Amino acid sequence: MMLTTYLGVILILIGIWGVLTQKNLIKMVIGFSVIDTGIHLIIVSIGYIKGRTAPIIDAAVNTQNAVDKVVDPIPSALVLTAIVIGLAVTALMLTYVIQLVESRDKSESNLKDPLLISSYEELKW
Amino acid sequence: MLRTVLIYVVIIALAMIFIPIARENMEKQDLSDLSKEYVKNSIDKLETQNVVTSVVVTYRGLDTLGEVTVLFLATSGVGFLINRRKKRKSKIRQASEILNTGSFFIFPIIVLFGVYVFVHGHLTPGGGFQGGVLIASAFVLMMLVNNNSDLNHLVLESIEAISGFSYVIIAALGLILLGSFLDPTFLPMGKLGMLFSAGAIPLIYSFVGLKVGAELTNIIDSLRNESTESEEVTK
Amino acid sequence: MINLAIIIMGILMIIAAIYAFRTEKLINSIIASGVISLIVSVIFLILAAPDVAMTEASIGSALTTIVFLYALVKIKAKLNGGDDA
Repeated sequence: MMLTTYLGVILILIGIWGVLTQKNLIKMVIGFSVIDTGIHLIIVSIGYIKGRTAPIIDAAVNTQNAVDKVVDPIPSALVLTAIVIGLAVTALMLTYVIQLVESRDKSESNLKDPLLISSYEELKW
Repeated sequence: MLRTVLIYVVIIALAMIFIPIARENMEKQDLSDLSKEYVKNSIDKLETQNVVTSVVVTYRGLDTLGEVTVLFLATSGVGFLINRRKKRKSKIRQASEILNTGSFFIFPIIVLFGVYVFVHGHLTPGGGFQGGVLIASAFVLMMLVNNNSDLNHLVLESIEAISGFSYVIIAALGLILLGSFLDPTFLPMGKLGMLFSAGAIPLIYSFVGLKVGAELTNIIDSLRNESTESEEVTK
Repeated sequence: MINLAIIIMGILMIIAAIYAFRTEKLINSIIASGVISLIVSVIFLILAAPDVAMTEASIGSALTTIVFLYALVKIKAKLNGGDDA
């Protein structure tokens, strides 16, 4: 339905704003997770047809005219895979954050907060 | 100052791209032709009650194979980048008696529920991914209660390898016996609604469920191994 | 009726998303991302997709929060314990 499609678009825009403006590394990773949630909401709400029910064939939906009574099953199948891959990529991003924090300069004259991205400027070329 | 203005310009430009796309998605009245074929074939030829299962395992089976590969790469990446230290300090406060005993009672029930969900994947909502995540959450319960618990990494990794290998073997059996990759009709099909129906679909989903459960347990176990040090620093 | 419920849940989700980026502590922000996943899983159930709702509730709300919390503890351990090394 249209309402949930617009909700998904707003979530994607909030996520992109969060990734671009925040300086804390962990909030950037949370921003990517919010973008993923918005994309999944848009894909599932494309397959919805008003007045129909879930694509499982049992006593409520008999087998003769099941084609007239079920919602589109293809977007659900695509989103199922995408949710699991989103978790795996988030875990990998957090591992990179851990390694970045470990490789910081540990000398006494270093007064920068190691969770901000602006304290890794010597890694830019 | 310039940076803030540029960020807002980018966001407004993206909004102007996304909103016409959302408006074009008019309310549909009927299924597309491809979905009608999938629903009809799922009742007649594949004898599966859950149409989403038949799409994920048979018609879009190559995507599931790709997803299993991506999970495997992510798990090996996490395991490679984090070095696990062997020493453990048990100076944190042990969990109370109720928590220890209760978790020993609940752990086999959660594993049994996870196995039920992925074995009945073709009859009720659920399937391989959901059952695998339930099994992984049972192991997370054991990790949270007892902070020194040792998971046998050899057993976990061999379960993951054997499940992935069997999935590819079953897919190749479909190619050898019937001529098309990932065709599950080489086992007897049975009636609609019975447990032993739908060919090789329950078998494929069981292997996917075991593999996903073992991999997620591996990821969380890699991330927790140095947690015991911080407790004794903050005390 | 259903539209009213979806509008209320949508407003809650947007408030939680903006709060996750504006707060100062990191633990509040991680819990807010778990709340977003929970509300989205209820919306998936209204859109007649029970498999997707089950998967999103268990992965997005439980496992993602646990992965974030373990990573946060590990980073804090490196920040405190690494000063002695």
